[in-house]
Amino acid sequence: MNKHLLSINDLTAEDVLRILDTAESFREVGTRVIKKVPALRGRTVVNLFYENSTRTRISFELAAKRLSADVINFTTSGTSVAKGESLKDTALTLQAMGADAIVIRHASSGAPLTLTRWVRGSVLNAGDGTHEHPTQALLDLYTMRDRLGRLEGLRVAIVGDVLHSRVARSLSFGLVKMGAEVTLVGPPTLIPPEAPTWGVAVSYDLEAVLPKLDVCYLLRIQRERQRQRFFPSLREYSRLYGLTRERVGMLPEGCLIMHPGPMNRGVEIESDVADLPQAVMEEQVTNGIAIRMALLYLLLGGKAEGVGGDA
Amino acid sequence: MPEAILLRGGRVVDPAAGRDEVADVGVAEGRIVPPDALPAGALELDCSGLVIAPGLVDPHTHLRQPGGEDAETVETGCRAAALGGYTAVAPMANTDPVADDAAVIREVIDLAAAAGLCDVYPVGAVTRGLAGEDLAELGEMVEAGVRVFSDDGRVVANPQLLRNALTYALAFGEVAIAEHCEDPALSEGGQMHEGQHSAVLGLQGKPRESEEIVVARDLALARLTGGRLHLLHLSSAGSVEMVRRAKAEGLRVTAEVTPHHLVFTDADLVTYDTNLKVNPPLRTAEDRAALRRGLADGTIDVIGTDHAPHPVERKEVEFDQAAPGTIGLETALAAVLTELVEPGELSLLRAIEAMSTAPARLLGAADHGGPIEPGRPAMLVAFDPAATWVVEPPFASRSRNSAFIGRTLRGRVVHTIYRGELVVADGKAER
Amino acid sequence: MSATRILDEDEIRRAVTRIAHEIVERNHGAEDVVLVGIANRGDDLARRLAREIERIEGQAPPVGVLDITFYRDDIGMRAEAPEVHETRIDVDITGRVVVLVDDVLYTGRTIRAAMDALVDLGRPRAIQLAVLVDRGHRELPIRADSVGKNVPTRRDEVVRVCLRELDGEDAVYVEEPAGEPGGSA
Repeated sequence: MNKHLLSINDLTAEDVLRILDTAESFREVGTRVIKKVPALRGRTVVNLFYENSTRTRISFELAAKRLSADVINFTTSGTSVAKGESLKDTALTLQAMGADAIVIRHASSGAPLTLTRWVRGSVLNAGDGTHEHPTQALLDLYTMRDRLGRLEGLRVAIVGDVLHSRVARSLSFGLVKMGAEVTLVGPPTLIPPEAPTWGVAVSYDLEAVLPKLDVCYLLRIQRERQRQRFFPSLREYSRLYGLTRERVGMLPEGCLIMHPGPMNRGVEIESDVADLPQAVMEEQVTNGIAIRMALLYLLLGGKAEGVGGDA
Repeated sequence: MPEAILLRGGRVVDPAAGRDEVADVGVAEGRIVPPDALPAGALELDCSGLVIAPGLVDPHTHLRQPGGEDAETVETGCRAAALGGYTAVAPMANTDPVADDAAVIREVIDLAAAAGLCDVYPVGAVTRGLAGEDLAELGEMVEAGVRVFSDDGRVVANPQLLRNALTYALAFGEVAIAEHCEDPALSEGGQMHEGQHSAVLGLQGKPRESEEIVVARDLALARLTGGRLHLLHLSSAGSVEMVRRAKAEGLRVTAEVTPHHLVFTDADLVTYDTNLKVNPPLRTAEDRAALRRGLADGTIDVIGTDHAPHPVERKEVEFDQAAPGTIGLETALAAVLTELVEPGELSLLRAIEAMSTAPARLLGAADHGGPIEPGRPAMLVAFDPAATWVVEPPFASRSRNSAFIGRTLRGRVVHTIYRGELVVADGKAER
Repeated sequence: MSATRILDEDEIRRAVTRIAHEIVERNHGAEDVVLVGIANRGDDLARRLAREIERIEGQAPPVGVLDITFYRDDIGMRAEAPEVHETRIDVDITGRVVVLVDDVLYTGRTIRAAMDALVDLGRPRAIQLAVLVDRGHRELPIRADSVGKNVPTRRDEVVRVCLRELDGEDAVYVEEPAGEPGGSA
């Protein structure tokens, strides 16, 4: 594996399997009375969050703490461009403090890669702009494999605002890498025209896709996109692309319903659909901790590069 | 003080005279003289293996002064120009204050004269304050020597305003309105070319059409007005094709391309290197091929560096927060030699024409662009087309945001002679 | 590299049988005993011990497998993070006697890690240790309650345990390091 995790494309299929298998062991740790192991004792993990995302930050924080790492949360709200310290200066500060890993969430695509130029430790992308969110994709792959027993040949629809979704990018790349069949579904304004070059299919007709699925993966729709005129109204969006109770009836038995959260109940997903047994959002959250433990362990369990490493 | 110099045994490439031959060139009293008319004791420079060409002319430079002296000054920019083989540059009007009146124009000319490294031919603003609302006082600036007007950095968005600018400028003869072709709504928020790579990198794209729509509009207005239109830094294949047809039709239009658009593509952005963030964006290999063909066949007239210095803190940031632009004066010639001339896509004569003779004509810079004939002002560059070097900071430019950092280039400026004086000797600036 | 066999199949079988008896004697039966093998090979030995104890007592004690990777003290000293194996102990160890089972006892660091792992899983009444080979060179104050064979070794020698389940044969070898004496292996 590489020293950093910036994109799902940094990983081979073997790497992905190794991460999922390692996560399996860490999920067992999560069932113990004492949910903590000393694997990363003495290591320092910094959560550098330029976007407010309590869910992802807590998941990483818990993962690092269950590995006995020291955790520093460095959260700056709003965009940093106007005042505040530059990303570079922050990076140099964290470097001076001896951070072994920096988990970064940033509104700018590519910011994690840029950060690697200024720090010696490992950089984990916890979501950058409209680029990628590889840990989310890995926990989704884990959840699918755990529930359905395989990834190869799975038929997965990713529904919604693919254009602006870092989750959709990482998950598409990850699923294709593992041999699944991916269909992107959404209004044509929100599907990148180049998406077929990713090895995925594209459809603008949700109901035509539903009967052939093993997983129906819904993306969060941002209200802002309506203002940017990508679609006329949220009402029309949910009429065409929302997963309603009626549409759930078109799904084959055993088809999973997934969502990276937080959900807009009543927009991309009808409220009581989210509470059906085949909707596995809570498992996604639980598995997220195990995946992040596995990644921190695999990236930091080797030589200590934070201090005098080779970068 | 003007010196007497003998450039011995170089290959003289002089597009204005249609000349490409090994010959000696004499310089005395600031002018070209026959070698046998040189006074005794002239400085003799062995130029065997070197190419001697008319000093390069950059029709598109940002010198940042006044207002942006943390990025560049007239002096540092002129030094970078001289080291790049240029004897004249055309600084754009987007300074602070904007070069929209004769006072700012004269200030820049005076600063350049004090530096004594190359001539400047400032480009005046089309609209007051580049605000796109009211015409600037073009006539006053013409009197101060301006021959090209541009709101570069922005398009003149209002078609009626551009129509009037093109028409009004007819009064001044060969005065061009130079357009930065980019539709503001289609390119808003865009970080790079919209295509396969922007989709994967998660960066908002600017489609080719954001340029092509404006090129089409501007050509229509050139047809309507009979005005003299110059199109800056073309980036798309479609734009090249439109210009080709417009020229065939006889419209008074010229076009520019930058070295970086001739060298890089959007695929190079996978590293999120902010030095490759430029405006208009780097496009695909097909676009690059069309730009190269257009340059070779004369559809594109000039190579302009769009030398755009930015201080480190505006480049060492997140990609979407980085300022667009790359410096280019010190690498332009080598980039063109390495990427176009060496592989045989462009003749050396045509390259020098596009980097010297044609831009001199555009700017009305009568002293520049050759021919290299007795009696002409001595504006010369001597370069070694075989010398290879790796582009690395520091630069003579005050900024270091070069898209070419780390690249190996072939072709290095050895001497630059400006008004008969050796301002660059053996690759080093003399002042 | 030259290898000397120090235990053969029969000797291993006899050692396992003896250790099983010792466990039963020490604990006055095997009612409260849980055998926990340290992955890899310790778990195979634990299953063999369970079968022996079943022969003696009529009932096999529960067997668990413990992966101590997360508890190692050499994290950061290896190029790559060590591979993680499964930990699976299906009974509650609180209040019971846990017999840790491993193939080789050497520095004691593995056992230290295993004890840390165990206390995170519950609170055993006692922890005992059974090993097939004790090769000496302890770095921690740890000793085994049952030992199949004590084998004096040099530090640069390698003790290699082969078990049918994993390696296709039952044998223990001591291997000389390759290359010249004193060279690094």
